[in-house]
Amino acid sequence: MALLGALPGAIAQGMIWGIMAIGVFVTFKILDVADLTVDGSICTGGAVCVMLVTRGVNVWLALFIAFLAGIAAGFFTGALHIFLGIPAILAGILTQLMLWSVNLKIMGKANQSLSARTHFVLISQLSPPLAILVLCGFLAVLIALLYWFFGTELGCSVRSTGCNRNMSRAQGINTGMTTILGLMLSNGIVALSGAMLTQYQGFADINMGRGAIVIGLAAVIIGEALTQRIFRGFIARLCGVVLGGIIYYIVYQTVIFLGLDTDLLKLLSAVVVAVFLGIPYIKKTYFSKVKKEAGGHA
Amino acid sequence: MLEIRELYKSFNVGTVNQKDVLRGLNFTIADGDFVTIIGGNGAGKSTLLNAVAGVWKPDSGVIYIDGNDVTNMSEYKRAKFLGRVFQDPMMGTAADMQIEENLALAARRGKRRGLGWQIRPGEREKYVKLLGTLGLGLETRLTTKVGLLSGGQRQALTLLMASLTQPKLLLLDEHTAALDPKTAAKVLEITDQLVEENHLTAMMVTHNMRDAIKHGNRLIMMNEGNIVLDIAGEDKKKLTVDALLDMFSKASGSEFSNDRAIL
Repeated sequence: MALLGALPGAIAQGMIWGIMAIGVFVTFKILDVADLTVDGSICTGGAVCVMLVTRGVNVWLALFIAFLAGIAAGFFTGALHIFLGIPAILAGILTQLMLWSVNLKIMGKANQSLSARTHFVLISQLSPPLAILVLCGFLAVLIALLYWFFGTELGCSVRSTGCNRNMSRAQGINTGMTTILGLMLSNGIVALSGAMLTQYQGFADINMGRGAIVIGLAAVIIGEALTQRIFRGFIARLCGVVLGGIIYYIVYQTVIFLGLDTDLLKLLSAVVVAVFLGIPYIKKTYFSKVKKEAGGHA
Repeated sequence: MLEIRELYKSFNVGTVNQKDVLRGLNFTIADGDFVTIIGGNGAGKSTLLNAVAGVWKPDSGVIYIDGNDVTNMSEYKRAKFLGRVFQDPMMGTAADMQIEENLALAARRGKRRGLGWQIRPGEREKYVKLLGTLGLGLETRLTTKVGLLSGGQRQALTLLMASLTQPKLLLLDEHTAALDPKTAAKVLEITDQLVEENHLTAMMVTHNMRDAIKHGNRLIMMNEGNIVLDIAGEDKKKLTVDALLDMFSKASGSEFSNDRAIL
C-alpha cells in the first residue's frame, strides 16, 4: 500500500527528470555529443528559480530566466569546444565545475528552500496528482515546440550535424554554430527541469545535479529501448524518453521500498547505464558469429 | 572557373613523416570543362580536391573559384560554389535522415537556414521528378532513411544533391571506387547525365584509366604533387590505356607502379 501511495510522487518526479532527459536526448542522440554540463546546469536552473520566486518574481518569468541561464551555460560549453578546440566531454566537465561556484554564488549558500505554502509555484509534492497534470501540459508544449524546431531548416541543420559533420559542411552548414546551438538548447531544457524540480521538492540544493547525466542517459536508454521497435517517429521517441524517466523513478522508489541501502543507489544507476550502453558493443564483439554454411553471405 | 596558383601543402611538417604533397601546383579549368584526374597513390589527387573544397588551408598559394578568392574561406562558406561526392558512400549523406530531408538540406546550400519548414509545399514534387531521372526507383521512397540504401543508391543520391544548386564546380573524389563494377558504371552514367543536363564544370579523381579516358573532355595525370600530363580535346578522344601508361613513364621517368590503375 505504501508503495502504491508513493506512486504518484514517483511519476511526477519521473516526469521532471523526463524533461531533463529530453535535454540529454538533444545532445546525446541528435547532436551525437556527450555533454556533462547538465550536472551543473540543472542546479543553475533550480538556483535561479528559487532566488527569483522567493523575491516575488512571477514563477513563469522565473522559469524563462532559468531557461536563459541554462542556454548561457550551454553556450559556454559550446564555445570551449568549438572556439578553443577542447574535446566536448572535457568542455562539459569544465563548465560543470565552474557552475558549482556560480550556483553557490547565485544561492548564497548550499541550500535554499522554496515553500509552496508561502509562494505560488506551478507544482509541489504537497499534491503529486496535480503536479502530474501540470507536467503533462508542460511536456506536451515542450515536445510540440521541439517537433516544430527540428522540422525547420535550422533544426534540420542541427540534426544533420549530429548525423554527419563532413556532409553538413559540404552542404554549407556551419557545424560549429549548429553544435553550439544544440548545446544551448539542451542545457536550456535541462535548466527548466531543474527549475521544475526545485518547485516540486521545495528547495534547491548545490548537490541536486550530481549524477544527473547518468539519470538522463538511463531515461534516454530505457525510452529508446521501449519505442525503437514500435515507433520511429520523433514525437514517439521523445515521449519514450519521458516514459523512461518515469520508469526509472518507479524502479528507484521500489528499490528504496524494498529496503536497499540508499547509499548504493548511485552505484546501481551507473552500473545499469554502463551495462545498457555496453550491450550493443558486447553483442557485436562477443556474440556475432560468422556464418559458415553455404549461402550465408560472408 | 577554377584557378590555382603556386599551391603548396605539406603534412606532418617538422616530423620524420613530413610529406610535401603539393609542390607549387598551377592549374586552371575553363567553364564547362569535365576534367578527369589520375595518378598513383600519394600523387596529390585527393589533396588537390580537398584544397579546393577547403577541408584545410594550404601552406601557400591562391585558389580562385569563378573569380572569387576562396583561399581563406572556410569549408562551409565555399560550399555554395561546390558540389561534392566522396569516395565513401557513407560520407556524402546523413544516414539517419530521410531521402527528401537530405535533398532539402542540399537544396539550401549557400542559403540562409531559418525557422521555415525544411520541406516547403511543391518541393516534394520537384524531388520526385529529379529522383525519377536516376532510374533507381528512389522516387517512391522519399521518406526512407538514407542509411537503408545501397552504396550505389547513396552515391547517386549524393550526386543529385551535389548538382541540385547548380554548383560552379563539381568535385568527385573517387566516387565509384567503393562500388562493384556494374554499379560503378551506372553511377558514372548518372554522373555524365547530370553534368550534361546542368552544364556543370567538374573534376573527377579516379583510379581507373579507362574511366578517365572515357569520361570528360580533359585528362590530367599527377605525380609527386604536380601535373605531368594534360590532354584535352581530340587528343583525349584518341587516348588508349597503353598510350597513357607509356606517356606516364616518359613524363615521370618511372613505371606506373599502381596495378589498380591499369584495369
